[in-house]
Amino acid sequence: MLSFIARRLGLLIPTFFGITLLTFALIRLIPGDPVEVMMGERRVDPEMHAQAMERLGLNKPLPAQYLDYVGKLAQGDLGESLRTRESVWREFMTLFPATLELAMAALLFAGIVGLLAGVIAALKRGSLFDHGVMGLSLAGYSMPIFWWGLILIMFFSVSLGWTPVSGRIDLLYDIEPKTGFMLIDTLLSDEEGSFKDAVMHLILPAIVLGTIPLAVIARMTRSSMLEVLREDYVRTARAKGLSPARVVFVHGLRNALIPVLTVFGLQVGTLLAGAVLTETIFSWPGIGKWLIEAIGARDYPVVQNGILLIACLVILVNFVVDILYGLANPRIRHQR
Amino acid sequence: MHKVVNRSLALRLAVAAMMMGAAAQLAAKPLVVCSEASPEGFDVVQYTTAVTFDAASETLFNRLVEFKPGTTDIQPSLAERWEVSADGLTYTFHLRQGVKFHTTGYFTPTRDFNADDVLWSLRRQLDPAHPWHDKTSIGFPYFESMAFKQLLKSVDKTDDHTVVITLTRPEAPFLRDMAMAFTSIYSAEYGDQLLKAGKTAELNSKPIGTGPFIFQRYNKDAQVRFKPNPDYFRGKPPADALIFAIATDSNVRLQKLRANECQVALYPKPDDVPSIIKDPNLKVAQTEALVTGYIAMNTQHPYLSDVRVRKAINMAFDRQTHVDQLFGKGNALVAVNPYPPTMMGYNTTNRNLPRDLDQARALLRQAGVPEGTVITLFTRNGGGPTNPNPRLSAEMLQADLAQIGLKLDIRVMEWAEMLRRAKKGEADLVSSGWAGDNGDPDNFLTPLLSCEAAKNGENYARWCNSKFQQLITRAREVIDNDERAALYSEALKVYDDDQPWISMAHPKVFTAMRDNVEGYVISPLTTNNFATTKVK
Repeated sequence: MLSFIARRLGLLIPTFFGITLLTFALIRLIPGDPVEVMMGERRVDPEMHAQAMERLGLNKPLPAQYLDYVGKLAQGDLGESLRTRESVWREFMTLFPATLELAMAALLFAGIVGLLAGVIAALKRGSLFDHGVMGLSLAGYSMPIFWWGLILIMFFSVSLGWTPVSGRIDLLYDIEPKTGFMLIDTLLSDEEGSFKDAVMHLILPAIVLGTIPLAVIARMTRSSMLEVLREDYVRTARAKGLSPARVVFVHGLRNALIPVLTVFGLQVGTLLAGAVLTETIFSWPGIGKWLIEAIGARDYPVVQNGILLIACLVILVNFVVDILYGLANPRIRHQR
Repeated sequence: MHKVVNRSLALRLAVAAMMMGAAAQLAAKPLVVCSEASPEGFDVVQYTTAVTFDAASETLFNRLVEFKPGTTDIQPSLAERWEVSADGLTYTFHLRQGVKFHTTGYFTPTRDFNADDVLWSLRRQLDPAHPWHDKTSIGFPYFESMAFKQLLKSVDKTDDHTVVITLTRPEAPFLRDMAMAFTSIYSAEYGDQLLKAGKTAELNSKPIGTGPFIFQRYNKDAQVRFKPNPDYFRGKPPADALIFAIATDSNVRLQKLRANECQVALYPKPDDVPSIIKDPNLKVAQTEALVTGYIAMNTQHPYLSDVRVRKAINMAFDRQTHVDQLFGKGNALVAVNPYPPTMMGYNTTNRNLPRDLDQARALLRQAGVPEGTVITLFTRNGGGPTNPNPRLSAEMLQADLAQIGLKLDIRVMEWAEMLRRAKKGEADLVSSGWAGDNGDPDNFLTPLLSCEAAKNGENYARWCNSKFQQLITRAREVIDNDERAALYSEALKVYDDDQPWISMAHPKVFTAMRDNVEGYVISPLTTNNFATTKVK
């Protein structure tokens, strides 16, 4: 197992450097520089432009800029935003809890509903429920997030008035961000009713962000369950006289979960990508919106290091999934 | 008995006063404004966007002079009065006394506002030796783009309450320039405190000004919270608190307004205005903004250099349909001149050429333009106030030009990329727009149509007409407004004769709000100030 982990870790190093090179190159491939973008249609004084580029270190040749960047990274320095002059790490840590809270709520929603729907669809194969779940999951997978979000807002928030339109909490609550997780911060605060309000704010964005993972998990669980339920050991379990629930959940679902687990890991990337749109619709102050605005402003340090941090996170989650997968399925870890 | 009556009366009055006080407290409500983006920071002189101006210069700071609410006229602010020398080179500002800077958890001022603060704020941007000059990432974009570095000769004080600004040349729009965000006045004392503590970045995150509201907290991309300034020299603002709720999508802002999650929603889409007006709980403030949407014709293009071709294009352009489709009926004025009719020197005799396809084809034939000639149009991918739907706009123009035998090759690109390539002169036509900063015609004509702008590329038409240039240069130097108006009117005649643009529209600007919001005044400069706004 240790050599399996070492092999997986070894793969992370080139991946990490590949990402630094890719983000560094990609943002510079986009035409325009931060000074031009800041000035927009206004007059750009060439002298001022040159001074600003020098101050930002952007007048150096690209290899020198890359070495500067990697050198600073090696010292743990992620630099500061060209627009706000705030440290990139601090901005990331301010915004990331919001995205993480939303992603976890979405994953929880997708996981619970998706697994249940997938298992029931597999058990009632060919039934109306099965067709319904599969049809809905296909629709969910193809759902344009922007449209879906607005429809839910118009129906639940504006017409029925059940949920708030957007944001993380009613702004009449003045919650000091202590952990950055609104659910925790509201519990820590003494403002009555704020926790419930934060939960209400989380419902629609979590549903919107969780829709695509829900569809994938439901379909994957169904097909995996169907496969497992045909296995000899399930038949044996039934023949032993075990209760149907025990057969399904202990012998069936547990084994069917292995591919579903991989899907969970892959969905983390999808969730972070989907967060960009969901955060825009629901005015959710997370890293998705932050990165999009940074790309528009050519805020190189934010784009480079923001993407790097997210990529590290996705790598980390997939690494953990690999390890769990290896633990669950010994055949994997013995493969060379 | 008398005493008892009086005492009872006094008691009743006291109780009544307390109740009124409590009622007043209850009546003061927080004002939540759904704003369109996050401010980039609060050190406003570093930035150029309207959202930053709303959250910083309009809310936290004042300038020596300011725009009267809802107009582009100048009124005293931190300067109570001023004199201009006969040669137009020296401006003497007499400062208001007793103005307090904000007291916050991170700064307690020990003195009132005085001339040192004005010197600090302007010299910081002007003087490379100033200790704060290099404490920005990019510099001072507005100060640079308004050519203040070349314009200001010196900024001095004669005493604690008098500042003298000397210019290198007469500049008629100078007072209006001084009302713009980039001349906001900071506390020199706070600047010194931060410099000594080595915390210069905090000027951008923990601002101190003299403005109507005091900064409380900014949660990035979520909200900015302010409390009213009890010492504000124009009186404490009526709102109990001011909160900017950041919602980038205009549909979401509108839904939040309908749900009463905010009481003011900035920049609703023109298409949504009729439904807002119909809603009994909502209302709309609107004004003719100092905004122009236009399509510049590259006068250095082989065919477009011929004024007959430019006239033919203008004759083929179905302006009214275009404007109605893009902005909605009644939401924008068809443009004739480069700036709107509310501004000085607007030429009322200029007329758009009537739509005449036969005449347009004849002009193209005379100019030797072959049938099927391809011209390129650069346009941006996302809509904005000057053009809500650039792609639709381009396609409508394409259909118009096809009728006179011209093929329009539409290139939709990201905004920054479009600007960069347009400045290099790569496009034949450029769809663009301009929002005025200060209500002076020079603020439109010099950046967009001057010879210097043609050289630098910001004049996308690359049009340099010596007579036009002479007129606008002269108008910039003359102090007398009537004379200036006459010069601008003449310059606009030259513009009309030469047709470097397809003038398109002067859109209105809208602000949607709940019907219980009072005291909000919409500005033609598209900035938003909530010092007098309250929720009933």
